[in-house]
Amino acid sequence: MLLIDCPYCGPRNEEEFSCGGEAHIARPLAENPISDAAFGEYLFLRDNTKGVFLERWRHASGCRRWFNAVRDTVSHEFIEIYPMNSKPKSKAGKAAFAANWRRTTDAEAAAQKKGRKS
Amino acid sequence: MADSDLDRGMNSLGNSKKRYSAFSLARNAMSYHQNWQQAWRHAEPKSEYDVIIVGGGGHGLATAYYLASVHGLTNIAVIEKGWLGGGNTGRNTTIIRSNYLWDESAAIYEHAMKLWEGLSQDLNFNIMFSQRGVLTIAHSEHELKEMSRRVHAIRLNGIDSEVLNPAEIKKFIPTINIDQTIRYPVMGGFLQKRGGTARHDAVAWGYARAADDLGVDIIQNCEVTGFRRRGSKLVGVETTKGFIKAKKVGCVTAGHSSVMAEMAGIHLPLASRPLQALVSEPIKPILDTVIMSNAVHMYISQSDKGEMVMGAGVDKYNSYAQRGSWPVPQHMIAAAVELFPFLSRLRMLRHWGGIVDTCPDASPIISKTDIDGLYFNCGWGTGGFKATPGSGHVFADLIANDRPNKIATPYALKRFETGFLIDEHGAAGVAH
Ligand SMILES: Cc1cc2nc3c(=O)[nH]c(=O)nc-3n(C[C@H](O)[C@H](O)[C@H](O)COP(=O)(O)OP(=O)(O)OC[C@H]3O[C@@H](n4cnc5c(N)ncnc54)[C@H](O)[C@@H]3O)c2cc1C
Ligand SMILES: [Zn+2]
Repeated sequence: MLLIDCPYCGPRNEEEFSCGGEAHIARPLAENPISDAAFGEYLFLRDNTKGVFLERWRHASGCRRWFNAVRDTVSHEFIEIYPMNSKPKSKAGKAAFAANWRRTTDAEAAAQKKGRKS
Repeated sequence: MADSDLDRGMNSLGNSKKRYSAFSLARNAMSYHQNWQQAWRHAEPKSEYDVIIVGGGGHGLATAYYLASVHGLTNIAVIEKGWLGGGNTGRNTTIIRSNYLWDESAAIYEHAMKLWEGLSQDLNFNIMFSQRGVLTIAHSEHELKEMSRRVHAIRLNGIDSEVLNPAEIKKFIPTINIDQTIRYPVMGGFLQKRGGTARHDAVAWGYARAADDLGVDIIQNCEVTGFRRRGSKLVGVETTKGFIKAKKVGCVTAGHSSVMAEMAGIHLPLASRPLQALVSEPIKPILDTVIMSNAVHMYISQSDKGEMVMGAGVDKYNSYAQRGSWPVPQHMIAAAVELFPFLSRLRMLRHWGGIVDTCPDASPIISKTDIDGLYFNCGWGTGGFKATPGSGHVFADLIANDRPNKIATPYALKRFETGFLIDEHGAAGVAH
C-alpha cells in the first residue's frame, strides 16, 4: 500500500487517489492545425518509462485536486510532488522532463506557440 | 470472419525428437523416467540469423514455430532475457475465449480458437486445452442489454454465444449465489461453451520443443539491449551475449515493448501496468467452468490441481515491478466471496503480478515499423494468452512476407493516426 503525500491534505492511503497518467502533455489548439500523425501522437502515444516518470495524480476521494509527481515505476518511490502548471525541481525530475521525446514534437510546438502552459 | 484456409503448419515433430505418447510414457517408466530426451537444446547464439524473435513467451515461441513450420524458414533464434514463459505467459490465468464484439477481433481470436482446438496434436504436447465454457456475468439492466447486443454480434460472426438468465446460471453453476439482494446481484450472463482454459507453461514448452525440432535456436538468459541499423534498415541486435546480425527482428516483449521500441526511437501508445492473480489451497472439484464479472472485476476457475484461480483488473498506475498494489486483490476477494460464499474459508496459497502492455483501444498492435525489418507484436494487455496461437500465426506471416495478411491488417500502428481503432473496452474488453 502506498502512502501518497497530497500537497493539500498530507499523507493518505493510495486508495484515495486516482492516477491521471503522463504529465506535461501540451494540448494543440484548434487555431494551430497539425497533421493527423502529430495529433495522433498527442492523443494516443504515451511515455511509458521504466524508471523515473512524470505523472498526474488526483486526490479523488479527498480534496479532489490535481497535482504532479515524479515517481519511479520500478521502486514506486515518489521522488517529488509538485503543483500543476509547474515543472519538477528535483534532479531526477528535471532530467526526465528534458529527456522526454515529446519536448520536440509538432503538437508541443503548436501548443507553445499560443503561450499555453502544460 | 477468420479465413478458412488455416495452414496449421506441417506436423513435422520427429526431425530430431522422439514423439510423446502413452507408449513412450510406459517405456520411460521402466527406467524411472531418467532417460527422457531433452525437450529443447540450450543454444548459444550464432553470428547471424534470418529472423530473430525477441521474447520467449508464448507469442514469441509460437511466431518462431510458425515461421519454421508454415513458412519454411529455419535460421531463426528466439532470444529471452529470463526463462521461457517467465513473463506473462507463465503468470496468466489462462482464460481462452473468442466472443469479442468487433469483426476484426472475432477474426483474430477465432483464428486462435481454431488453432487451439488441434494444438496438442500439432505440437505433440499435451497443452491441457479444456473447453469447459466461459460465463460472463451481468450485474445491472444496462449490462444485460449490452450483453445481448454483444451476443448477437458474436453470433453473426459464426461464433457460439448464448445468454443465460439467473436460474439457468444457478443450474449451470450450483455454487454461485444468485440472491437478488446482494450488492451486485447476478442478473444474467453470456456463455461461450467453446471457451475454457489451457496449461500456460505447456503452451510455451510445447511451442519451444516443436520449434527446436525444426531447427530454431532458443537462447535463454540473454537480454536484447539495443538495435543496430544502417539508415532505415535494421542489421541486428545488441545483446548481453554480444552483437547478433539479423535480416529481420520481431519484438514480442509484452510489458517491456515500450522499452524495446524506445531503443529503436519508436514511441508506442502503451501503458505498462501490473495485473495480479492468486490461487487458493487445492480443494476437491467444485467448479467446472470459468466465471468472469467485469463489473466487479473478478474472475475465477479451478485448476486441475484443485486450486481456485482468481484474478482482477489492472492496477491504476504504470509500473514495472511485478507485484502490484494491495487494494486490487482486496476488492477482488470481496467480490469473489459475495458471489461464491464458500470461498470465505479458503486460504490463499500464492499471489503474483505480471506487467501487461495496455493499449488505448484494448486491442493489440501487430505491425511493421518505419525501420525496415523491424516488427512489433504487443499491446495484448490483460488478455493475450487466448490469442497465443493466432497471434504467432499471423505475426509469422507478417514477418515472412513483409506485409500483413487480412487478419493482421487492422492491427497496424497506423490506426492511431487514422483513428480506425478497434475499441474492445466494452464488457468483453475489461477482463480476460
Ligand atoms: C495475472 C495475469 C492474468 C492474465 N490472465 C489472462 C487470461 O486469463 N487470459 C488471457 O487471454 N490473457 C491473460 N493475461 C494476459 C496474457 O498473459 C498476455 O497477454 C500474454 O501471455 C502475452 O504473451 P507474450 O508472449 O506476448 O508475453 P510474455 O509471456 O510476457 O513474454 C514476453 C517475454 O519477453 C521477454 N523480454 C522482455 N524484454 C526483453 C529483452 N530486452 N530481451 C529479451 N527478452 C525480453 C520477457 O522476459 C518475457 O518472457 C494475463 C496476464 C497476467 C499478468
Ligand atoms: Zn488532498
